[in-house]
Amino acid sequence: MNTVQADRWRGVVERTWRPAALLAACLAIWHLVTVTGLVEAYLVPSPAKTFGLLVDKWSYLSGHTWVTTYETILGFVIAGILGVLMAVAMVYSRTVESTAYPILLFAQVIPKIAIAPLFVVWLGFGFEPKVIVAVLMAFFPVVISTVTGLKSVDTEMLELAATMGGGPVKTFVKIRFPAALPHLFAGLKVAVTLAVTGAVVGEFVGSNEGLGYVILQANGNMDTPMLFAGLIVISLVGVLLFLLLDLAEKLMLPWHASRRGAAVTTLLAKGGS
Amino acid sequence: MSTDVTVSTSAVAINDVSVRFQSKRAEVTAIQQVSLDVAPGEFVSIVGPSGCGKSTLLKLVSGLLAPSSGTVTLLGEQVRGPRHDIGFVFQRAALLEWRSARRNILLQAEMRGMNSAEAGKRADELIEMTGLSGFENALPHELSGGMQQRVALCRALLHQPRVLLMDEPFGALDALTREQMNVELHRVWRETGTTVLLVTHSIAESVYLANRVIVLTRRPAVVNEIIEVDLPADRDYSATMARPEFASATAHIRDLLGAVTGHD
Ligand SMILES: Nc1ncnc2c1ncn2[C@@H]1O[C@H](COP(=O)(O)OP(=O)(O)O)[C@@H](O)[C@H]1O
Ligand SMILES: [Mg+2]
Repeated sequence: MNTVQADRWRGVVERTWRPAALLAACLAIWHLVTVTGLVEAYLVPSPAKTFGLLVDKWSYLSGHTWVTTYETILGFVIAGILGVLMAVAMVYSRTVESTAYPILLFAQVIPKIAIAPLFVVWLGFGFEPKVIVAVLMAFFPVVISTVTGLKSVDTEMLELAATMGGGPVKTFVKIRFPAALPHLFAGLKVAVTLAVTGAVVGEFVGSNEGLGYVILQANGNMDTPMLFAGLIVISLVGVLLFLLLDLAEKLMLPWHASRRGAAVTTLLAKGGS
Repeated sequence: MSTDVTVSTSAVAINDVSVRFQSKRAEVTAIQQVSLDVAPGEFVSIVGPSGCGKSTLLKLVSGLLAPSSGTVTLLGEQVRGPRHDIGFVFQRAALLEWRSARRNILLQAEMRGMNSAEAGKRADELIEMTGLSGFENALPHELSGGMQQRVALCRALLHQPRVLLMDEPFGALDALTREQMNVELHRVWRETGTTVLLVTHSIAESVYLANRVIVLTRRPAVVNEIIEVDLPADRDYSATMARPEFASATAHIRDLLGAVTGHD
């Protein structure tokens, strides 16, 4: 193993050992609490039982997991596209901004759980109401972060663009939008976790599939191991989607990641002027 | 020959221009009835107290700002809206941080839809001329302040503009880097023959580089005095600094600026 590989390996260990230790500690406490009988088994099942169930009933759980994941991704993608378009319209038009902002804020503060039943009434028990709730949850952070990003370009850069004569479309494509990407990604990461919540809330309100349905059923049957298993899978879906976005950001914006990281040293070693 | 010819042969003609800004509280007159003619190929420095209207003057010439009264003529054509036949360098390099040095320079070509092969060749020449060789692929955050400003200069020169506007381009650099940049800018100017308007706070810089130095008064800016720099065309840095003409010109400008800022 050469030193670069060794360094990289050490970096991975450095980053992961603390969260891994904390997770292990939580599992240990959970285990102890259940084994010692401090908490009744029907209230909190042991980790062994929960994970055992997760494995045994995986064929049942995986179908529902896929449903929730599908609703989440669909809602997230729609919110992403609509959110970016809305943000662009707001940044380029005062009128759109002043008209849309109050409505946007109003839509954001309405509790989604309270309006979800309405969508079920309108659209039935299919995936549509879940997707709509996911979109409503994820839309706001995308708009806000994209607006912030598009406005973060400094005026001198835009003045330079004006003297270069590329017109508004080229200025947007080559300067404004790429400059907004770090902000946009920050918004997308928040949005994807909210989209998971949105999909599950939609399922709570009226559904016969998905992890929200699984949890509701388990709750009704006092099946706490299944309830815990459902919760764990939902969390894992959220974490996985978040990590995928994080990876996409690193691949698409290496300049942004490296500016915060340690890659600077390679060039400084070459010597500046 | 008629007087019209003299007007139309100026690279930049500022004619009785005033600029007023309307703020919430009051109206601010930044520039008051300034007139100035710059000949093609001339290097003109502009000095004056902070906030007197120097940046405003360059924005007028580039068409980024419209005068409240008077006219600005650039290369024989009256300025009405942003002009594309100039190069602009600001105090901050204003580079796109996701683009390499070379691709930042080429932004100029992409925005203008220039032939990419020609633009690439020209970019390489400029990189060579400004000593950026070896750093073409470096990202802005990997470059020193001086290097970043060189990239900004190359970008401003890529389309071979006949007029180059520079607003305190070396203001953020350390003294030594600044001197190096002065020497390089002098050489670039000699090689390209571009007309340059340079706004600066450094009196030494203003004299070393220019044919003429325009000294502005406090706001509202009017032209206080125009100093003809009586130095040889080709200027070695240390030799120029040591010349008596250089010393007297800088002393005179310092007096003028002291006089306009002194009794505040
Ligand atoms: N867009 C603007 N709106 C209002 N006032 C402005 C604007 N731009 C510049 N000014 C004012 O005009 C004066 C001249 O500004 P500027 O040309 O930037 O000065 P400087 O000589 O330092 O470059 C300053 O007092 C500044 O506050
Ligand atoms: Mg200024």
